[in-house]
Amino acid sequence: MTEFTPATAAIGGAMIGLSAVILLLFNGKIAGISGIFNSCFTKKGLALSWRLLFLVGIIVGPIIASFFGFSLPQSIDASWLVMAVAGLLVGFGSNLGNGCTSGHGICGMGRLSPRSIVATLVFMAVALITVFVIRHLIGGLS
Amino acid sequence: MKHLLALVSGLIFGAGLTVSQMVDPQKVLNFLDISGNWDPSLIFVMGAGLAVFGLAYFLVIKNRKTAIFGAAITLSNPAGINRPLLIGAAIFGLGWGISGICPGPAVANISGGDPKIAVFVVMMLVGMKASDFLKKRKL
Repeated sequence: MTEFTPATAAIGGAMIGLSAVILLLFNGKIAGISGIFNSCFTKKGLALSWRLLFLVGIIVGPIIASFFGFSLPQSIDASWLVMAVAGLLVGFGSNLGNGCTSGHGICGMGRLSPRSIVATLVFMAVALITVFVIRHLIGGLS
Repeated sequence: MKHLLALVSGLIFGAGLTVSQMVDPQKVLNFLDISGNWDPSLIFVMGAGLAVFGLAYFLVIKNRKTAIFGAAITLSNPAGINRPLLIGAAIFGLGWGISGICPGPAVANISGGDPKIAVFVVMMLVGMKASDFLKKRKL
């Protein structure tokens, strides 16, 4: 069980939107985490680029939020195997489909890109079905 | 300045993921579990994010030729709705559905120090490189 938290959800969502606006308005770049993450590990390597700084910001942002009483989850319930398989699927799929929840879900949908609207509908639908099958048909993953 | 703004943008993104609790896989899974103990909170994350970004895009950004620091405004690729998009989105949705973790929250959780997050992030990179490899060979 998690509580319904519409206010903090909306505030956090607005912050994510604001972050994407800043990156596009000032730097001309789409805040797509999967693409930015992957590009950091290319031939140019971990050269000090805006991408690396953006990722550092995402890593440090939760620490700043913790001063205001918001925290990361205490522990991850999923097993090692589930985490490994899910990570692989998330990386492969988001790269093949050119985007994830941020790039397609916020930036693409926000500018009404047909590609992103379709991609978001597909990954949301598959995720909903996956959760239904795991929780209600199989009865959970060990 | 360009680098500083990227850092600031990342900080706001990571803090926003935490404030909204998208960093909590259970919160995400409970959002995706409509027929169970449904927690609709994350609709508000997406709604607010879309509202802020969409308004700024259509009122300000769309009319600009370049970004404020002079760079071209790069939007995603012009390819239409094709097979890689659909297959990729479906595979991503499967991974998101079994774990409740997408790339942003995976990165944001790194400072929590749970080694399972490290496994997820490393495997995510492996998946991306495998996809790059297949794309290069046009499979």
